[in-house]
Amino acid sequence: MAAIGHVSGLRRRRARIAWLCMIPLILVNLLVIVGPAVQSIYYSFTSWDGLSSAHWVGLANYVDLVQDPQFVQGLLHNIEWTIIFLIVPMVMGLFGAYLLTMIKRGRALFRVIFFLPYVVASVVVAAIWQRLLAPHHGFASLFKINFLGDTHTALWSVAFINNWAWWGFLLVVFLAAMQGVNPSLYEAAELDGAGHWAKFVSVTLPAIRPTFMFLALMTIIWSFLVFDYIYILTQGGPAGSTDMLSTVLYRAAFSEQQAGYGAAIGVVMAVISGIVIAAFRIFQRVRRWDV
Amino acid sequence: MRQRTWWMYVVLICLAIFALGPLLIFVFDALKTEPELSSNPLGLPAHPQWHNFIDAWTQAGIAVGLRNSIIIVLGTMIGVVVIGGLAAYAMSRLQLPGQGAVMTYLLVVTSLPIQLFLVPLFFLWTKIGLYDTQFGIIVIYWAVYSPFATLLMRSFMIGIPASYEEAARLDGAGEIGIITRVVLPMAWPGVLTAALVSALSAYNEFLLVLTFVQTNTKQPLSLTFFAFQQGYSQNYVLICASGVIMILPMLILFLLLQRRFVEGVASQGLAAE
Repeated sequence: MAAIGHVSGLRRRRARIAWLCMIPLILVNLLVIVGPAVQSIYYSFTSWDGLSSAHWVGLANYVDLVQDPQFVQGLLHNIEWTIIFLIVPMVMGLFGAYLLTMIKRGRALFRVIFFLPYVVASVVVAAIWQRLLAPHHGFASLFKINFLGDTHTALWSVAFINNWAWWGFLLVVFLAAMQGVNPSLYEAAELDGAGHWAKFVSVTLPAIRPTFMFLALMTIIWSFLVFDYIYILTQGGPAGSTDMLSTVLYRAAFSEQQAGYGAAIGVVMAVISGIVIAAFRIFQRVRRWDV
Repeated sequence: MRQRTWWMYVVLICLAIFALGPLLIFVFDALKTEPELSSNPLGLPAHPQWHNFIDAWTQAGIAVGLRNSIIIVLGTMIGVVVIGGLAAYAMSRLQLPGQGAVMTYLLVVTSLPIQLFLVPLFFLWTKIGLYDTQFGIIVIYWAVYSPFATLLMRSFMIGIPASYEEAARLDGAGEIGIITRVVLPMAWPGVLTAALVSALSAYNEFLLVLTFVQTNTKQPLSLTFFAFQQGYSQNYVLICASGVIMILPMLILFLLLQRRFVEGVASQGLAAE
């Protein structure tokens, strides 16, 4: 009996040490993330300028949101952004990664080159392309278009620039997943006379489905949060044509002294992420996908 | 029955030009004279103007920005590795009670958007005196980057056979001895990867540092560069030169440790598995 007592004492001591090890992580998380996140929910029901005390206004901020043309426009731009990013970088990443699995020489070199733009800071990426797309310089002068200054092209131009720095990341992740595909599956498909397209659709895509679905999910979530490139390149302009939820929030909270309203936008953004994740989980369960 | 692959190389080279071309033009521009920029916008510089880097260094205030970046990146990296490493150790080696709940908590925290806690955090940081301090932004990075680092290091530590640990215990090693002699050496790739990913994230981060560090003598290079680029002296050659200086440390680190980088970043995307 003494031995068992000793073991359970050891186990309790271990459990205590284990929780001691967790303290820094939990403390810093509560302070920075969880605490302020809960506060955000509270402030979203108040009229608050960030300085004086907050007044409870119930759902007023949310009612204002629905009627705020900037918010609605921002939301629509986020949806447009989501669609662009679900298609362009995904296709480029999948296609590039597939080609890399098919070639024999230079795979590592190409992978480094494709990944390089992802390592470059967003402020520098923006500077690189601002110059290349400036109206009187280089490529842009050939087209006679002010890419970032025209309300019709600004959103697409910002998306193009963000994609330049982004698609290589998707390619590297897809490549890592594709390298786990059993080569004999490709050989079997080739014996059946399958071309590249048939192999890609019937072997590659099903094999990397978990990764594909996860990246699609992350793309949707990130697209609703996008901030850096918008803020750096256009600040939401010209004439609000690149405004997103994040830039509307930033203006409200930090230049228009409407912290309560900004908090409400933040809550809406979190709810959107939550709905997307929940929908994904339900979809998984219904289709019985082993993701 | 090998299919022909030459067309694949053609496509891949086109993609490589797309990825690399703008970067090369940027580096070339950094070496040109101001008039040369308009006469020869895309080509090689006629006579490389290396002094552009020196001019950019002084005019953009890069020394201060770089020093601040180093402080912020090192502080973030060390903190994230210690905080995340301890948590990963508890979760993988100490049979942490309530492990499942902790995992769920970490996954939820990593999927919360920054915008949800940004506004109250700003006012909290102002109130407790952490606003506009480097320590303040470092603490925020600890919180934001450590959940991922924890999950990453945990996945490396979980594979260490229990017998190694037991052998060390029989030799009389305590908890610290086990960490330094067994767990750290074996989980080293995971620790290094977590350190690299958090360093890259902190060095390039924009939204949080823009919000939380105001004074330009405290700002890291990303904001120094942003201010210089947005400033009145639109000397594009020097903007390019300072941009090249800004990306150089990460490019060198990436090229030296590229496998670790790619694995670390890919593991962010493969988290589903």
